[in-house]
Amino acid sequence: MADVTTRRDSPEAVAAEKPGRAPSPAPAPPDRARELRSLLARADVKLSPYLYIAPFFVLFALVGLFPLAYTAYVSVHDWHLIGGQGEMVGLQNYADVVQQPKFLTALRNTFSIFLLSAVPQLLAALVIAAVLDANLRAKTFWRMGVLLPYVVAPVAVSLIFSKLFADQSGMVNTLLGFVGVDPVRWHADALASHVAIATMVNFRWTGYNTLILLAAMQAIPRDLYEAAIIDGANRVRTFFSVTVPMLRPTMIFVIITMTIGGLQIFDEPRLYDQQGDGGADRQWLTMTMYLYELGWGAQKSFGRASAVAWILFLLIVAIGLVNFAITRRIASDGSSSGGKRR
Amino acid sequence: MSRSELSLAAVQQTAGAGAARSAARRRGGAGMGANRRPGRVTYALLAVVLALSAYPLYYAVLLASSDAVTIAQTPIPSLLPQGHLTENLQRVLGSNIDFLLAFRNSLVIAVVTSVSVVFFATLAGFAFSKLHFRGRKPLLVFVIATMAVPTQLGVVPLFILMSELGWVGKLQAVIIPGLVTAFGVFWMTQYLEGALPYELIEAARVDGCSMIRTFWHVALPASRTAAAILALFTFVASWTNFFWPFIVLGPTNPTLPVAVQLLQASYFKDMSLIMAGVVVSTVPLVLLFVLVGRQLVAGIMQGALKG
Repeated sequence: MADVTTRRDSPEAVAAEKPGRAPSPAPAPPDRARELRSLLARADVKLSPYLYIAPFFVLFALVGLFPLAYTAYVSVHDWHLIGGQGEMVGLQNYADVVQQPKFLTALRNTFSIFLLSAVPQLLAALVIAAVLDANLRAKTFWRMGVLLPYVVAPVAVSLIFSKLFADQSGMVNTLLGFVGVDPVRWHADALASHVAIATMVNFRWTGYNTLILLAAMQAIPRDLYEAAIIDGANRVRTFFSVTVPMLRPTMIFVIITMTIGGLQIFDEPRLYDQQGDGGADRQWLTMTMYLYELGWGAQKSFGRASAVAWILFLLIVAIGLVNFAITRRIASDGSSSGGKRR
Repeated sequence: MSRSELSLAAVQQTAGAGAARSAARRRGGAGMGANRRPGRVTYALLAVVLALSAYPLYYAVLLASSDAVTIAQTPIPSLLPQGHLTENLQRVLGSNIDFLLAFRNSLVIAVVTSVSVVFFATLAGFAFSKLHFRGRKPLLVFVIATMAVPTQLGVVPLFILMSELGWVGKLQAVIIPGLVTAFGVFWMTQYLEGALPYELIEAARVDGCSMIRTFWHVALPASRTAAAILALFTFVASWTNFFWPFIVLGPTNPTLPVAVQLLQASYFKDMSLIMAGVVVSTVPLVLLFVLVGRQLVAGIMQGALKG
């Protein structure tokens, strides 16, 4: 980021020159008009940047930050979907929510699905990226091929996979039967349902993350590989001793993105069966589904829904901070060997 | 590359272009793995990956062209589509759920947000990358930091806000929150930093252009490539979005993903019908992908390097 300081000077130079020069082509206007015009020009230069970035900040404040902060306010009130704001109840909503067995189930399911999607997905993306990093014929074709699932809506993915993973007469169970595996209860069994839902997430996102890792791989200086080969490393060794360490910053980026999105998962489990309440024993109920159920289901309790939202928010922030701490440690450890990509 | 060998140019001079090419390939192969042409195993592996990404979509088409009885009897569908696709698509259009309305809604929301995100993100990106103002750097850091905020969790107050405005069930409830994104601002800032020379801005300023005219005539044209990619990503994200439209639009004015969910809820026994709905909602983006997937690939790979 060192280049910023040098660049900063030039737009100011542009800005400073402008008011004096601009009116000159016109046939010498009266002094007052010239003054006014130069004042306007200066205001234009000073204010325009703020005006240009304002839409984002205003919108983010209105539909991002304010609702998130207001969630905390709603969460300490009795608040009904239709009845609106009621009395302040302190932490009662939190107590109500946490004491429900569904809460722990939802928490467990969310983390289980997250881990089952994040870990295999990252490993698969790493391997596929390494394969794509070869000097392939029809590169773009293969890259587009892995990205294809990204344009399919999670809703559609969920419907397709819930049929593939049907407990009875599902294709996956039939194929497993050919190799002598007993039918898996993909819906009835909690862990199996998490695997199925994680598979949907992996289907949609592995290719996307593959391309991110591939881009980072191609940015690794090739002389590092040469040095490794001269030192007698074979391809596998090179992959683990050169490629993987050099990819660390990118992998951390991918992991953080996965965490933020993964813990809020809703679409895939919501459509895994037609009722959409997470199965008979709530075996695939996630935190966001629980939030929805509290707010828009039978209870219509915005207070309790907000309590769940706020808990999940704090969880994501906490995990983000842990990530950040680990990242910093890795960054300080790896800075001598890793270096900067740019 | 070792110095004792002939340079490739010398090989080309003495032995012709073909020899130079194969020499380059040989040397690449000896030097680093990445330049060697990979063998069949690599392509076989990629073919498997490709099959895994494409088969589920083909599976949806197969079921959508079959009928409920056949689907119930044969867990593994036949390799080729059956003849009921048109019939099933017609049944989707004739169902209780207004798919034409859903299609129009999805299209309107996706087009409006794409155009708007590109415009506002380019405007902000122009300011962040090329204009000097107090607080520029901390504000940019703030924008980047907001990408990590799980704003979906503010859904309850956002819903309250929309009902106060009387927007529940109306498209603006989905459009307005998506008018500009942090990712878009960040993306355009990164791009314009490299793609828009100061000389061009200076020239426009010297010619007497105001800031906004400079933006319109210089920055906007210079951002075309990145703007197209950003528009694509926004379009895909909008088209596939479910959670918020599901909550705020409801069953009376659905987008395609909401319509697909409604189809599942009301016709759950008829798998061929549901899959026809899936096909209806998915095919437009797959077609778009065939046309411009190349740009999406480039976009992700460029974004990864900058991010």
